[in-house]
Amino acid sequence: MDNTLTRALPLTNPALLKSALRDSLRRLLPQAQLRNPVMFTVWIGSALTTLLGIAALRGHSMSAALFTLAVALWLWATVWFANLAEALAEGRGKAQAAALRAARQRIYAKLLQEPHHGASWLPVPSDELRAGTCVLVEAGDTIPADGEVIEGAASVDESAVTGESAPVIRESGGDRSAVTGGTTVLSDWIVVRITAKPGEAFLDRMIAMVEGARRARTPNEIALTILLVALTLVFLIVCVTLLPFSLYSASAADGSAVSVSVLVALLVCLIPTTIGALLSAIGIAGMSRMLRANVIATSGRAVEAAGDVDVLLLDKTGTITLGNRQASAFHPAPGVDERALAEAAQLASLADETPEGRSIVVLAKERYGLRGRDLHDMQFVAFSARTRMSGVDIGERRIRKGAADAIAAFVESAGGALPNAVRAQVEQIARAGGTPLVVAEDARVLGAIELKDIVKGGIAERFAQLRRMGIRTVMITGDNRLTAAAIAAEAGVDDFLAEAKPEDKLALIRRHQAEGHLVAMTGDGANDAPALAQADVAVAMNTGASAAKEAGNMVDLDSNPTKLLEVVEVGKQMLMTRGALTTFSIANDVAKYFAIIPAAFAATYPQLKALNVMRLHSPQSAILSAVIFNALIIVLLIPLALKGVRYRAQPAAQLLRRNLLIYGLGGLIAPFIGIKLIDLLLTALHLA
Amino acid sequence: MNDNSWIQLALYLIVLFALAWPLGRWLQGVFDGSLAARWRWMAASERALLRLAGCASDEDMPWWRYAGAIVAFNLIGALAVYALQRLQFVLPLNPADMGAVSPDSAFDTAVSFVTNTDWQGYSGESTMSHLTQMAALAVQNFLSAATGIAVAIALIRGLARHSAQGVGNAWLDLLRAALWILLPLSLVFAIFLVSEGVPQDFAAPVIAHTLQGAHAQTIPLGPVASQEAIKLLGTNGGGFFNANSAHPFENPNGLSNFIEMLAIFLIPAALVFAFGRMVGDMRQGIAVLTAMTVLFVGLYAVGVLAQSQPNPLIAKLGVSGANMEGIETRFGTVASMLFAAVTTSASCGAVNAMHDSLMPLAGFVPLFLMQLGEVVFGGVGSGLYGMLLFAVLAVFVAGLMIGRTPEYLGKKIGAFEMKMVAIATLAVPVLVLLGTAIAVIAKPGLAGLSNPGAHGFSEALYAFSSAANNNGSAFAGLSANTPFWNVLLAFAMWYGRFLVIVPVLALAGALARKPRLAESAGTLPTHGPLFVILLIGSVLLFGALNYVPALALGPVAEHFVLFGAH
Repeated sequence: MDNTLTRALPLTNPALLKSALRDSLRRLLPQAQLRNPVMFTVWIGSALTTLLGIAALRGHSMSAALFTLAVALWLWATVWFANLAEALAEGRGKAQAAALRAARQRIYAKLLQEPHHGASWLPVPSDELRAGTCVLVEAGDTIPADGEVIEGAASVDESAVTGESAPVIRESGGDRSAVTGGTTVLSDWIVVRITAKPGEAFLDRMIAMVEGARRARTPNEIALTILLVALTLVFLIVCVTLLPFSLYSASAADGSAVSVSVLVALLVCLIPTTIGALLSAIGIAGMSRMLRANVIATSGRAVEAAGDVDVLLLDKTGTITLGNRQASAFHPAPGVDERALAEAAQLASLADETPEGRSIVVLAKERYGLRGRDLHDMQFVAFSARTRMSGVDIGERRIRKGAADAIAAFVESAGGALPNAVRAQVEQIARAGGTPLVVAEDARVLGAIELKDIVKGGIAERFAQLRRMGIRTVMITGDNRLTAAAIAAEAGVDDFLAEAKPEDKLALIRRHQAEGHLVAMTGDGANDAPALAQADVAVAMNTGASAAKEAGNMVDLDSNPTKLLEVVEVGKQMLMTRGALTTFSIANDVAKYFAIIPAAFAATYPQLKALNVMRLHSPQSAILSAVIFNALIIVLLIPLALKGVRYRAQPAAQLLRRNLLIYGLGGLIAPFIGIKLIDLLLTALHLA
Repeated sequence: MNDNSWIQLALYLIVLFALAWPLGRWLQGVFDGSLAARWRWMAASERALLRLAGCASDEDMPWWRYAGAIVAFNLIGALAVYALQRLQFVLPLNPADMGAVSPDSAFDTAVSFVTNTDWQGYSGESTMSHLTQMAALAVQNFLSAATGIAVAIALIRGLARHSAQGVGNAWLDLLRAALWILLPLSLVFAIFLVSEGVPQDFAAPVIAHTLQGAHAQTIPLGPVASQEAIKLLGTNGGGFFNANSAHPFENPNGLSNFIEMLAIFLIPAALVFAFGRMVGDMRQGIAVLTAMTVLFVGLYAVGVLAQSQPNPLIAKLGVSGANMEGIETRFGTVASMLFAAVTTSASCGAVNAMHDSLMPLAGFVPLFLMQLGEVVFGGVGSGLYGMLLFAVLAVFVAGLMIGRTPEYLGKKIGAFEMKMVAIATLAVPVLVLLGTAIAVIAKPGLAGLSNPGAHGFSEALYAFSSAANNNGSAFAGLSANTPFWNVLLAFAMWYGRFLVIVPVLALAGALARKPRLAESAGTLPTHGPLFVILLIGSVLLFGALNYVPALALGPVAEHFVLFGAH
């Protein structure tokens, strides 16, 4: 579909940049940093260095004061760049959400005094509605909140949420009873029971998840933050104890001790500022990528779980096969020409607008060049639940197609009989997984049409890809075992569940989970709810019953079951980005030590300059270069954090080797080059 | 590096792995109870001994009960060792009439032996009675090693079990470690040592009149072999004599030296094999062991290279050849550096050369090996559980890079697990750095340093690295038997031991409760060369980065000053 609503803004978008810049400056206040312990430490270091620099201005060495202030300036830049990363991620997410939020202007709902059509109503602001109350929505009204249709049927424009312009039917009972707040009723009326408190509707939850300050941290993010805080703490101890170490060494070696501002610079370079600065942005960007796929996750936890999933339960219809069966062969009765059968079948289907009917017309055209013909004199007989046949009357000819038993009854009433050969053919088609239809003209049975499930193009390659990544696919279908096995083999799924009832699905999920798998599934019916609630990742179709949406932890606005594959990718990408930048950040420390240690102790042990492997110009330029590199790397990595590390369908071992090489080894080497370049630049400009 | 250094290393590793493999099998059989199930006498003796101690053997303890038992057991042990030292003058088996040990030294020694550190501020032959050596120190050598093994086994169970409440029974594990592992091995080893000439008696010191005639020499004797055996097998390291394994009565010849080095690594290496067996995938154990071996060989090579260089100050005097100060001529450079690398890789701390006299970068090797957290083979038990913490850290960071939340051996690593790993891996560096900082600014601390400048700093850093990592070896130049050093080091030893053990047990409990996830092509493989590299990287980055500035001011500065000046 066209994702104009949720398209991501380019990072160079002027409006986005402007608001992000403003936001990032506002967040320089200390209270805005409290949520992020790593950056809060940098903030304190920046403030301390600034004070030291100002104090040094009164001292005897102007160059020492200016150096300290330069360090302070770049430490502030580090904090600011971190803010910028979060503000940019948030700005993009908010822009996506804004389009959806526009649909949620304050509207008045018609609150019914009694829960049925015709009862008197009062106008009430939509945000004051409580769950369980009923409202009347008539043509032209906006549906005030998520709910369920309990009476009536109406066509609803859901383009505000899905972007799909064609109206959909919403009616009471069944799986099409769910309505979404912010969508508009085009015709007729419905009575809606509100199911969500307006503040908890999906849109609100989604908006909350792309806002940094309100966003709840995901479990893995919490665990990672613990590691980052622990590293920050230990490096704090390293730098604090370095002062007495240095004082002792200086007095023993007749040198001078390291200054506090250099220690602060060392601290900021050592603590994992790169990942600390980008962690929040990565999380927001993950949610926002999910949104771009038109999937709303109800929690960040669900997005993370999507990366972990290793079993996908896929409904056959709509996901693996095209929604409908299609004619694939004509099997004439003994003594009947196949062409005659095709012609009769086509005639009987001319008025049949179902995809099955159209496929029969197409097949007859393809096989025998039969085209639509003169329609006058034709009397079409529509399919009815009573006769279970459809067809056409042309003058005296009565052509019918339908299920074998219905046609048998039809020919018998005209004095004919279903030939045994046709009966056998019908059974054979059913056994092979197809659907047989029988065609008859008056008392004479002409033969059978074979309808088959058509497996979607490219799906087998997709499953093979998933298998390489260690993800098993299981097809769920109501078909019998034979049919299911035939389709499963064609589509290349790893396993299938035939004649599946909702409780079978639930049992299957539990069994997989007991074996140590994490299971994802899609569902739409109310009877899917228990299975959805059990699954680790449960994507409910937006068109589905509200019970399904409540039970799932994601809602697909497009109601496209194939989306599950994308959901898994987005989840993996978010985790990979987080891991890659953490590895990069920690690996950077080696080079920073080589830059700062010889410089910091140059006045204590000049011999340690042997460790200055980068041949940096002077102690001051070395320290400043490390601090500048540490700040600039954040800005350079913002696009990667927002876009995500490129995802490839590969086994874990290959992915690890590749990413370890890029982000681990790269993280070791890159700062050596970066710091040297900055040092050359500073020296060339006579800045240090 | 000449052929001799490689041949000795290769021979050592080959014999080590050949012995550790079957012992790993034995360890598994002892701790999963399959041996007790097979041999009725084994189960019967376990039951009888436990009943004697008044506890039920079949109870599966949740981690906090297990940790409570371990900590209480060691507290009582510390009190007993303290009491025996203070009261030794009224107790039997005191032929040399040793007086009561001073309160601060007794406290330091009690904590030291309970925590498997065996840091010795005192000089054994002139301080401790035979009873104290045997009933206090040697007994704790057994019990502290059993503690380490029990904790490692509990962590292995945490990884191997799933959806379980308990991590095993602390009393049964302690008993099994002492009874079926440490006692039989020590018995055999002690008899071997006696055969090589190590004394084992209750005799008073022998007074010998030397040819010089002026002074009578006092030669102390005692139950040396029995204590020597467990000193090495339990990676304790506390010598009967002050000179430790450099003393001919503790380590008479080249063969005993070789076997002593084997004894240090034997149980740590076997435990890694047992880990592979107990989690049902030997490749996991082999990966961990490979990482340990690579780190060990690399640092040993640095040590031999550095120590083979002539000291420029001595070379200036016209003396050629490698630096031999502090090296026993019986063992030579290579066997000394191998011993130094072994004893500090394992948290043993026995020494056959004076680490204080090593060349700066050769002295850096034992210091660095301790600072890695004693995970290169490491202490009995503590080496394995320390290394597994680094494995968890490695999968936590790198595991994310494959697009899944991290897991190790099918167990998801969540926030609680991370908290425990963080406490356990950070406690020791914090103790080392803070302790050293206090020592180099406080007057009584500075008084203990016998050398000025970078070397004096190394002495203090070495002392705290050794104490907090429960190694126990010393840069012997430090005069540490003062109340200041005794109390501060005891503090570092106690918390360096139990701030790791308790979180490790909590981790074991949390992991045991989790379901085990199935393995697929999408799972991070924790065996094979890539994981070995990852694990080594994790040890070096998380373990060593904390010490880089301090090392720069210690051995590294000393090296550049020494070589730069000439």
